[in-house]
Amino acid sequence: MSRTVVSKRSYWPRWARRGLMENIATAIIAIGFLMLFQPFALSLYTYSFVTMLTGTVMFIIVSKFPE
Amino acid sequence: MLNRTADNAARATPEPLAKKIRGISDKGLAWLFISPTILLLLAINIFPLFWAIYLSFTNFRANRPNEVVKNLGLSNYQRILGDQDIWIAMQTTAHFVFWTILLQTVIGFTLAWLIDRKFRGHAFWTTIILVPMMLSPAVVGNFWRFLYEPQIGLFSYVISFVTGIPPTNVQMLSNVELAPWAIIIVDTWMWTPYVMLICLAGLRSIPEYIYEAAEVDRASNWRQFWSITLPMALPFIMLAVLFRGIENFKMFDMVNLLTGGGPGSTTEVASITLKRQAFESWRTGYSSAFAIILFVAVFGLANIYVKALNKVKQR
Repeated sequence: MSRTVVSKRSYWPRWARRGLMENIATAIIAIGFLMLFQPFALSLYTYSFVTMLTGTVMFIIVSKFPE
Repeated sequence: MLNRTADNAARATPEPLAKKIRGISDKGLAWLFISPTILLLLAINIFPLFWAIYLSFTNFRANRPNEVVKNLGLSNYQRILGDQDIWIAMQTTAHFVFWTILLQTVIGFTLAWLIDRKFRGHAFWTTIILVPMMLSPAVVGNFWRFLYEPQIGLFSYVISFVTGIPPTNVQMLSNVELAPWAIIIVDTWMWTPYVMLICLAGLRSIPEYIYEAAEVDRASNWRQFWSITLPMALPFIMLAVLFRGIENFKMFDMVNLLTGGGPGSTTEVASITLKRQAFESWRTGYSSAFAIILFVAVFGLANIYVKALNKVKQR
């Protein structure tokens, strides 16, 4: 039984583990958030929504990945 | 007594209905009880969200319901994300959110820490401090408008007494420099007790024996604060910041009552711009797209905070 669990886990790529991917998604959301509210460049503001949306969708998906 | 009541209720249930209920499984019964709530949630939360997403791609105007609705694709989003006025409104919102959260967290935590000392009459003072939070925002907005009045306002007189500036010159709501701070002061006054309450719950949850062990190790008060009090109260502080952050992004009532977005557009936060676009210019599709952008921002922020909160909890 435990052998099955181990073999199941080993199929999941190491780089796609939840912890790492959640951190990347969080960083993307944070960057998008800063871009939305920064007072320096209008172009950053323009692309903020796409960045935030990408991060949020990614976060929702990767939070279902195995640890 | 309870058994008798249950028996009476069972006997009072008409036989056909009782038979039907007996035939339902536990899971079915659970769904039966929960379905009105789910339907209500779908009707008042989920449906409007999807409807707003649909409208954000159209040129729909709520004041012209019979007009043909055209699909504009991403045009509304492109216009909002290239609009300089909305960009400025976002910066005003960020300024407002940053300062209110900073002040509320610092003052709220300090008050909680002082209240936790359990001095004589601390219960009375806790109640007094909590009063602003219990008032309606409409009441608070109106009476602070009187307090800020340059001719008769108490606030202007206090500032005049402290600084020597004539009270008629202290125009908190009509001065471009002071108006944003007038709103920040009111919001801080009203919502600091809320942050205090959450922080107090955090401070009261710290077991006493940890402090006793620190005393045995001869740790100073300062060391105890930095190594025990603050780290253990941190999840609660973050929770308060999350709640206030989300609430302040949507802040509308206080700004609308105190300044209405003025003077000029110095206090025009995102929600005021949204209201003007939706109910003064009647650009429903455009304002729906704006609302979706704000929703994604708040949703993303909530994700970050929940993740940070879980991390702190695991320590």
